[in-house]
Amino acid sequence: MIQMEFYLVVSTIMMFVGIYGFLTRRNLLAMLISVELILNSVDINFAVFNRFLFPGELEGFFFSLFAIGISAAETAVAIAIIINIYRNMKNIQVKNLRDMKW
Amino acid sequence: MDITLDLIVFIVLALFITVNAILAVTTKRILRAATYLLFVLFGTAGIYFQLNYSFLGAVQLLVYAGGITVLYVFSILLTSSEGDQAEKLNKGKFAAGLIATLTALGLCLFITLRHDFLPSHFEHGELSVRTIGHALMSGEKFGFVLPFEVISVLLLACIVGGILIARKR
Amino acid sequence: MDYTVLILLLPFLSFILLGLLGTKLKPVVAGVAGTAVTGIVAVLCYATAWMYFSAGRDASGVFPQVIAWNSEWLPFGGNLHIDLGFMLDPISVMMLVVISTVSLMVHIYSFGYMKGERGFQRYYAFLSLFTMSMLGLVVATNIFQMYIFWELVGVSSYLLIGFYYTRKEAIAASKKAFIVTRFADLGFLVGILIYGFYTGSFSFTPDSAVMGAARTMLPLALGLMFIGGAGKSAMFPLHIWLPDAMEGPTPVSALIHAATMVVAGVYLVARMFPLFIGYAPEVLHITAYVGAFTALYAAVVACVQSDIKRVLAFSTISQIGFMIVALGVCTSADPHEGGLGYMASMFHLFTHAMFKALLFLGAGCIIHAVHSNEMSAMGGLRKYMPVTHVTFLVACLAIAGIWPLSGFFSKDEILAACFRFSPVMGGIMTFIAGLTAFYMFRLYYCIFWGKENKELHAEHTPHEAPKSMTFPLMFLAVVTLVAGFIPFGHFVSSDGRAYDIHIDSDVAALSLCIAVAGILIATWMYLREDRKVADSLATKFSGLHKAAYHRFYIDEIYQFITHRIIFACISTPIAWFDRHVVDGFMNMLATVTQKSSWGIRQMQSGYIQRYCIWFLGGALGLVVLLLVI
Repeated sequence: MIQMEFYLVVSTIMMFVGIYGFLTRRNLLAMLISVELILNSVDINFAVFNRFLFPGELEGFFFSLFAIGISAAETAVAIAIIINIYRNMKNIQVKNLRDMKW
Repeated sequence: MDITLDLIVFIVLALFITVNAILAVTTKRILRAATYLLFVLFGTAGIYFQLNYSFLGAVQLLVYAGGITVLYVFSILLTSSEGDQAEKLNKGKFAAGLIATLTALGLCLFITLRHDFLPSHFEHGELSVRTIGHALMSGEKFGFVLPFEVISVLLLACIVGGILIARKR
Repeated sequence: MDYTVLILLLPFLSFILLGLLGTKLKPVVAGVAGTAVTGIVAVLCYATAWMYFSAGRDASGVFPQVIAWNSEWLPFGGNLHIDLGFMLDPISVMMLVVISTVSLMVHIYSFGYMKGERGFQRYYAFLSLFTMSMLGLVVATNIFQMYIFWELVGVSSYLLIGFYYTRKEAIAASKKAFIVTRFADLGFLVGILIYGFYTGSFSFTPDSAVMGAARTMLPLALGLMFIGGAGKSAMFPLHIWLPDAMEGPTPVSALIHAATMVVAGVYLVARMFPLFIGYAPEVLHITAYVGAFTALYAAVVACVQSDIKRVLAFSTISQIGFMIVALGVCTSADPHEGGLGYMASMFHLFTHAMFKALLFLGAGCIIHAVHSNEMSAMGGLRKYMPVTHVTFLVACLAIAGIWPLSGFFSKDEILAACFRFSPVMGGIMTFIAGLTAFYMFRLYYCIFWGKENKELHAEHTPHEAPKSMTFPLMFLAVVTLVAGFIPFGHFVSSDGRAYDIHIDSDVAALSLCIAVAGILIATWMYLREDRKVADSLATKFSGLHKAAYHRFYIDEIYQFITHRIIFACISTPIAWFDRHVVDGFMNMLATVTQKSSWGIRQMQSGYIQRYCIWFLGGALGLVVLLLVI
């Protein structure tokens, strides 16, 4: 029998690893990967809560399902933008993106 | 607490996920990061399987591991240049990120472990695809046809948008 | 008499027009316009004078004060308000005539003198401004209006002295004139404010009821006002600006620094005369001593100067000293009892304006002819410039006080008034009158007789000035010849009643003798070419000669006081305090603001990751907050 908290601990660690990556990486794609980690950890949480706390319901399940779909969409758009940036600046380092500030 | 096979599998999965996640955000090479992400996604799928959500796990493998990661790899190959791995972060910002993250992690774990959840019980039993299909297509209470359709429109918009943005001018 | 508003308005419009359109107009057009306006103003002034004096006296036998128009400009509450108006009384009408006549002559004269100068139009614009402000000063209905025009006069004087703004000396002189008179005007302003505070009015003739309450403060107020007048009228020790003001164009010196502006101080004392005599006779006597000292000092200095305009400048200072003395020795308002000086002073003001303007314009002709101010460049000019020579001689005789020229009559009245005050004062003033004759004829002989500077004249032969310049000379010479016979006492006297001028034969004989003596000594010393006597005297009393030549080092004393004492000991620490403490405080505020804004700006870096850290920090803070609660 596995305690629910175990799963939560794993997902929390995963989430903060993602946050750490988001804060420290300077490459847009690496940042996007970190975001994926965060999203995944949240998905796990939904599934876990659904399974352990509300076994008869399906909300958490579907939430995870839709989140996967949306993250696929988000990744596609984000990568399109990144490729576009790369095409314009030959670079995808965050520090070089200051042109868009002004 | 006796050690069951379940627990062993879980521990293996948990370690696998944690290690790969950390590697994904710390490695210098972006292609390796994508690979580690793929492993993390596999591990996540494993967790879903363990939770008896086979369909969710399958979708995870299909969409994430199969679709998104391939997208990543392609885009990395398209945009990679010499300077990518040479990124250097000054120590102050690095420390700030690390400290902020660790503090937040500690705080969240503390809260999670201290919180009194509803009485939890694990119910074995596979969620049948038929149930899922009915719920997904049902417009009644506890039916998800509306979000389903919204997601499909969103995906369409993303396809159009992706093409528009990435299209050569 | 509503048309009198034109007397002020026309020159002002001319100033605006010439000032704004000056560069667009041809010089001739600008000059004709300015002169025509001044001519109209002169005609208006004469008409005003004619109408005023022909209107006759009122029941008490005085010419009534007429307010032609008046408007309240700035009410302060109570009786205290500043008006702008046009007041006619004997002395203001007399001043109108003097100013418009001299101004018109100078306008005509400038046609020839300033011909071809750069800024000809600007020159006429400034002349118009000056004419307007001077006329406004004399017709002021209250002391504050007088002050306003007083300052305007100072400004136009500043502008005209610095007319040749490319020359360093002219700039320095204009600044000096402005600062010194401004410094004196501070006293005037404080005096006005004290006066206004204690009497509750800016009027020249307040009710006797309020005057009783202000009696103790009045001497102070009047004394301060006299300081302002002393600044404008170049009384010792505020005279230092006038010799330097000769850097301006010569017609300007004639108009401003001989005939009109410098007598503003005299006019001020005359205007306040009822108050002086009624409430502060001791202050009036102080002015007499100041005037006497100034007259003596300036006369001595004038004896040794070599720049002809400087000689005339010191002679002006000396003559104004005479006028101030004449006012100061008055002991009552009745001309028969001791108020003779008032009439004498105004008479002298009138005649002096004419012959001193004539002298300056003549000097202008000479300078025009030889292109130098120095006596050494002149000598023997009588052959070349007959008209100038004759008119200059007339003016010299007038200022020396020879019968029947106008200067004799007015100076005689002054001396009579002085002798009535005290024999000592009379003696001193008679001596100064002799000095006047001496230095004027020294000037005359050095210019027109004496040793001719042949090389210079061969190089550039002096020639008579054009008609536009000689006409004013002749006109003023005629005025100088006949002005003495004007029954001046019938128009202006201290109590307003008619006063018959009768020559005091003793005083007249004495002054005539001493004037003739002065002329003879000058003739003896300077008529011949070698000037042995003069040179030997100069070497014998070389110390005195040198000191007088350097104007008794008054300028150096000023220099010492301002630079070594005021600048070094007071201004420098204040400047340091200002720069480091006051500015430092402001700079600190600015720096702190800048630094903090820089810090705040760092938060808006545009880096999403930095925002993310802040976001994370905020979320953590909220979590902690919730936990604690």
